[in-house]
Amino acid sequence: MEVARRNASGMHPAERRLDEDALAKIDAITERHHNQPDALIEIYHEVQDAFGYIPEGALPRIARALNISRAEARGVFTFYHDFRAEPAGRHVVKICRAESCQAMGCRSLEAYAKQRLGIGLGETTSDGEITLEAVYCLGNCALSPAVMIDGRLYGKVDPDRFDALVENVKRRAAS
Amino acid sequence: MAARLYIPGDSAACSVGADEVAAAIAAEAAARGISLTIVRNGSRGMFFLEPLVEIATPEGRIAYGPVTPADVKGLFDAGFLEGGPHPLGHGLTEEIPYLKNQERLTFARCGVIDPLSLDDFIAHGGYAGLQKALTLAPADVVAEVTASGLRGRGGAGFPTGIKWKTVLDAVSDQKYVCCNADEGDSGTFADRMLMEGDPYALIEGMTIAGMATGATKGFIYIRSEYPDAIRVMKQAIAMAEASGWLGGDIQGSGRSFDLAVRTGAGAYICGEETAMLESLEGRRGTVRPKPPIPALEGLFGKPTVINNVLSFAAVPTILERGAKFYADFGTGRSRGTLPFQLAGNIKRGGLVEKAFGVTLAELVYDFGGGTASGRPARAVQMGGPLGAYLPVSLFTLQQDYETFAENSAMVGHGGLVLFDDSVDMLEQARFAMEFCAIESCGKCTPCRIGSTRGVEVIDRIAAGIDRERNLNVLADLCETMTDGSLCAMGGLTPMPVMSALRHFPEDFEPRQTLDAAE
Repeated sequence: MEVARRNASGMHPAERRLDEDALAKIDAITERHHNQPDALIEIYHEVQDAFGYIPEGALPRIARALNISRAEARGVFTFYHDFRAEPAGRHVVKICRAESCQAMGCRSLEAYAKQRLGIGLGETTSDGEITLEAVYCLGNCALSPAVMIDGRLYGKVDPDRFDALVENVKRRAAS
Repeated sequence: MAARLYIPGDSAACSVGADEVAAAIAAEAAARGISLTIVRNGSRGMFFLEPLVEIATPEGRIAYGPVTPADVKGLFDAGFLEGGPHPLGHGLTEEIPYLKNQERLTFARCGVIDPLSLDDFIAHGGYAGLQKALTLAPADVVAEVTASGLRGRGGAGFPTGIKWKTVLDAVSDQKYVCCNADEGDSGTFADRMLMEGDPYALIEGMTIAGMATGATKGFIYIRSEYPDAIRVMKQAIAMAEASGWLGGDIQGSGRSFDLAVRTGAGAYICGEETAMLESLEGRRGTVRPKPPIPALEGLFGKPTVINNVLSFAAVPTILERGAKFYADFGTGRSRGTLPFQLAGNIKRGGLVEKAFGVTLAELVYDFGGGTASGRPARAVQMGGPLGAYLPVSLFTLQQDYETFAENSAMVGHGGLVLFDDSVDMLEQARFAMEFCAIESCGKCTPCRIGSTRGVEVIDRIAAGIDRERNLNVLADLCETMTDGSLCAMGGLTPMPVMSALRHFPEDFEPRQTLDAAE
């Protein structure tokens, strides 16, 4: 049944759940990369930039455009930590858990952040404001512990500074 | 004439407020009716002084730091624009001992020039190496690199010239040059600093590699955790193309070389060269068995030069000033300089480029000033998450590939993470296994399964369960991972684990006993 339906429209059921606009956006991205399979990771980055995550329906759509199997497209999607299947919170806070930051107390900073935000790593606050994630090295090891918020790097982050930074991004968003 | 200031745009400097300081200085100058030019340079690598503000004076640049926006008014009052005295003042930047006592070849321009100004780059010796390479036959360029003794700065230490010769001698319709800028090791930031602070140096080194081997296309694989480096490199490539330093006919030489940036997606394993190739081809970053070596069958199956950022960036100096000049630095079979990175619990963290032969103690104490916490140092992890933990008694070791290998350790990418006496070495050993389990590509069993088992075994040792037997299991497991893994991820994870056990056995005593004793 499902096979017949897909053949009829040329679309995978997951694709149909996306609206025309979304499909056009995805197509424009793959076309910009000339539907080249080696650009798959760049394509995923751009889809995620456009949607905030990679919608389920994007996978079969991209697979067909690049002439790769859906299994390959999914395999790449699941391999890389960066790509998400669900939207993140409005702000993404990444805490470095690697050795240099460990030497400067990132274990207790991580515990503080979890307790303060009331969430674990990989989770989003119930108001949808903050997603907390682990990261392994931000290249700021002379100014450990390091945190990245919405792509911006911060160094020497203690609990007080963490609070100030989080309050700051929330305020920026509100204003 | 308007005063000229340098305030780093480097992401680490900005992580402690360089943008805010630049804005505060611009605002204060406007309020006082003073006109000034602010150049956003790279970092000098003295991160303990960031944000570092430098003023150009006829005598040289005068440094102030670390500056906060609250200091700005006082700096103006003290006449800092004329180099006036102030508690944050350090005098001439070049005379600060931390910088003066270095031997900067690869990082000579970083923090000095405007990173994206080609004029600045060329005025400071940029492209002299490529100009020289364009006058030489490819084999002569390779011979020069070989004679310099340069070895892979990414960590493996393979002779760069031999790699290049293999690619040069390979017959193919297409060859590639790939730069591994997936700097995922904790304690390292030199690649990021160079890409943000002197991006044309990397472009020049890669272009020389192209000229030397007959490769006409290059890729720089940069980790997604480095958004600023990605932005700067892309801008630099576009500007080099527009000025005829990249593209179809480089400076009228009739030779061509194209370059593009590819962004990683948060996978540590993609710093392994064959996993990086898979990722560049748009696939899961799983490791490829070797042989075939990438120099013969690399990107898209074609002969490929793969080097780290620092290896490529070392090459222009070698071409410009000759192999002998470069090889005169260093010791034994470790020639030239290595940009060491002082990180972790260290008072003066930053980048220290020194000739091989410098000791750990000189780096940790003379440059680094000991721990940031003021407590006694206990251990250094040298060479990233796959490097050994070394006790203070081994701080006498001199930095060269062979000396470290003889001590079951490695120099790696030159990153050094200092820990004070509050560190729990069992916890560090456990983390090494945990990290391997998180980041393993899953291709080979010793790494994929061994790392998870490693965490469990260490937990049992900590709990005092069958201690002797589990210590044996851990040693056995580490041996299997070392001998049986496809790549350095699983193959070297035992290094931090076993070094922690060897040098800090007291931390592997059962935890209950410790609690009971307290």
